[in-house]
Amino acid sequence: MINSIKIDEKEDTPKVIFDPSNNFFEISGRSLPEDAILFYEPILAWLNKYSYNPNILTELNIKLNYFNTASSKLILDILMILEEMVDNNKQCIIKWYFEEDDEDMEEAGEEYSDLIDVPFELIKY
Amino acid sequence: MKKKLIHDVFHEYISEFYQKRSIMEIKLIYEGEVTHKITKAFTASVENKMTNEGESSLLKRKVFHIIVESLQNISKHAQSIIHTKDDFNGMGSFLIAKSKKDYYIVAGNPIHKDEKQEIIKLIDNINSLNKQDLSALHKEQMKEGKLSSKGGAGLGLIEIARKSGKALSYSFKKLSDEVEFFILTTQIPSI
Repeated sequence: MINSIKIDEKEDTPKVIFDPSNNFFEISGRSLPEDAILFYEPILAWLNKYSYNPNILTELNIKLNYFNTASSKLILDILMILEEMVDNNKQCIIKWYFEEDDEDMEEAGEEYSDLIDVPFELIKY
Repeated sequence: MKKKLIHDVFHEYISEFYQKRSIMEIKLIYEGEVTHKITKAFTASVENKMTNEGESSLLKRKVFHIIVESLQNISKHAQSIIHTKDDFNGMGSFLIAKSKKDYYIVAGNPIHKDEKQEIIKLIDNINSLNKQDLSALHKEQMKEGKLSSKGGAGLGLIEIARKSGKALSYSFKKLSDEVEFFILTTQIPSI
């Protein structure tokens, strides 16, 4: 099994935990990195590698309270890897959390769920 | 010399803007290089101020979004003029102001003149769309658009328009034969 990814949250980058041995996948916090591609590239590379031999069910929890447009495209790239996994008969689910009064994050979740074909749950907290 | 020119052009614009929009308070004004550090400092400072003034979290989030995307636009455009013979590199102007009811964010930066028509086309199109169409355009651009390390694909402008809910206003002033100063003004109603 491949090693896990653990990135601590900073003021401008999210916490990322991709931990297959505990079957836990989460992106949370804020995302406005100085260079979005630089930040997300290793995460995408990891996920690509993982996607060849994933767990029986991959549940990705996304609990962001802010992301900039440069991050939005890369978040879509992450979700598209899950879509590919689903196309290859792997089980995935995306759980998109948004704060009760946060219409922006709710709408963002709705848009992503329109864009990709993966079981998608929008969860208010 | 170049700095002075940009300063004059920006101040000419904002003094008219103050009158036209009945600006009562300047929250922040900045002229200089726009870096990631600057973005972080501005957003933190404005967030604190708005919290102290008891503004709603919805409004704070809108202002936060628009500051980030406006500043990102400035630094993105800065790359397009690197190869012009005039040295307008890395210069941007930024203002946050408030009228009785609305917040305003004004961002100015030099662009290559070849970009002007494209920007006008993009903003006019965004301004012609309603909420649903903007959401559709946003999705389309996310899926099809090209991204550089600084963002791109017009996503920033689409987001600014969506968050503000108002038409974007823009203005161009000539700086040299090759370079224009592009000023984007966003109005954010405080509801």
